[in-house]
Amino acid sequence: MAKIKYIEHNGNEHIADVQNGLTIMEGAIQNDIPGIDADCGGSMSCATCHVYVKEDWYDKLPKKEMGEDDMLDQAYEPNSSSRLSCQIIVSDDLDGLSVHMPEKQV
Amino acid sequence: MIKTDVVIIGAGPTGLFCAHQLGIIGLKCEIVDNLDKIGGQCIELYPDKPIYDIPAVPECTGEELTNNLIKQIKPFNFNFHLNNKVQELRKENESWIVKTTNGIEFNTPNVVIAGGVGSFEPRKFPTKSAEKWDGKTVLYSIKDKSIFKDKSVAIFGGGDSALDWAIELSSISKVSLIHRRDEFRGAPASIQKIKELSEKNRINLFTKYSIKDVKGNGSLEEVEIKSEEGESKTLKADYVLGFFGLIMQLGPIAEWGLNLDKKTIPVNTENFETNKKGIFAIGDICNYPGKLKLILSGFHEGALAARGCFKYARPNEKYRFEFTTASNTIKDRLGIK
Repeated sequence: MAKIKYIEHNGNEHIADVQNGLTIMEGAIQNDIPGIDADCGGSMSCATCHVYVKEDWYDKLPKKEMGEDDMLDQAYEPNSSSRLSCQIIVSDDLDGLSVHMPEKQV
Repeated sequence: MIKTDVVIIGAGPTGLFCAHQLGIIGLKCEIVDNLDKIGGQCIELYPDKPIYDIPAVPECTGEELTNNLIKQIKPFNFNFHLNNKVQELRKENESWIVKTTNGIEFNTPNVVIAGGVGSFEPRKFPTKSAEKWDGKTVLYSIKDKSIFKDKSVAIFGGGDSALDWAIELSSISKVSLIHRRDEFRGAPASIQKIKELSEKNRINLFTKYSIKDVKGNGSLEEVEIKSEEGESKTLKADYVLGFFGLIMQLGPIAEWGLNLDKKTIPVNTENFETNKKGIFAIGDICNYPGKLKLILSGFHEGALAARGCFKYARPNEKYRFEFTTASNTIKDRLGIK
């Protein structure tokens, strides 16, 4: 279990206890947190669960696998701190992680 | 005006199997889809990805699944209306009038919405200023490449569409290709070609840049690009092209009074009818307690929705359940001798 902080683009914060093994995306969907759409349901084929992860946490996350950057190309305003939240699996190590949502998911 | 028993919105696996079930019980249908091909998400998002949870099919790709479903409904000769988005849905007497963006009109007692997460639309530039020239000189698809002859064209994106068009247009236009990172996701041969063209100065390549602004007095003149460090450059551009893939948009479905719950349509699980009589929703777009977004669930939902359509399409007949293994009527419908 990890406490994950989801920060909307307007600054609204939501904290959720997310079970190990779920993804950051699933944590948001199950807790009705706005700002993550996840149209494709987590199959890494839509780029609508895009989040930004600040440097201090970015390097601690499991590395991007093949294909994630390709999808991020299609996300709304991606940058070097971008991740797809459906590809980040929660573990105790991620307790306290903050993710920032983009202005929109398109 | 096309009169039919059922209009199916969405030619993904769920819509296709629902059409099959309609054919089996002797109803006619017309299938509408916004994409230019049949298959929905299976064909647009993951044609080559293997699927492992179709009952009795240990492994198949999105494309194989689609081709098999097309084959399965072939005996019924149903019409597909591709490149058509349903724009309007209204009640007239006891019928639904369905109108597409290309002006095709249907008159039907039943509409089955099998629209997935909505229709696929191109992803657009985040810059507000780009809207002003949208469809004129800011484009997300190309119909006639001759308009780019001797023009400055700025192409954004890192996939095959962006690379292919950059290569293609480099012989007739002054092409800049802008991509947010160093790696491209296109075919290796195209990536190689882009590098060669860039070395010969036939393409201006800007990697690690993204769009900042488009500018012009009246017509489009320049595009400003920015690096992540904040450095910006201005490029001359008569046309700006964006190739960022497709996104699913619910679109007009949201305006049909269907009690939407977070982009999904609540249905009953007896026949998958919505709060409107004669409007059914199946597949990813429908919502009920226990809903699973699996293709196999879509098949089940389509089979029951087809039976639901029967009572409005044949109000004076009683639906009789039959097995395909035993029924001669069904075998006739399938053209089996």
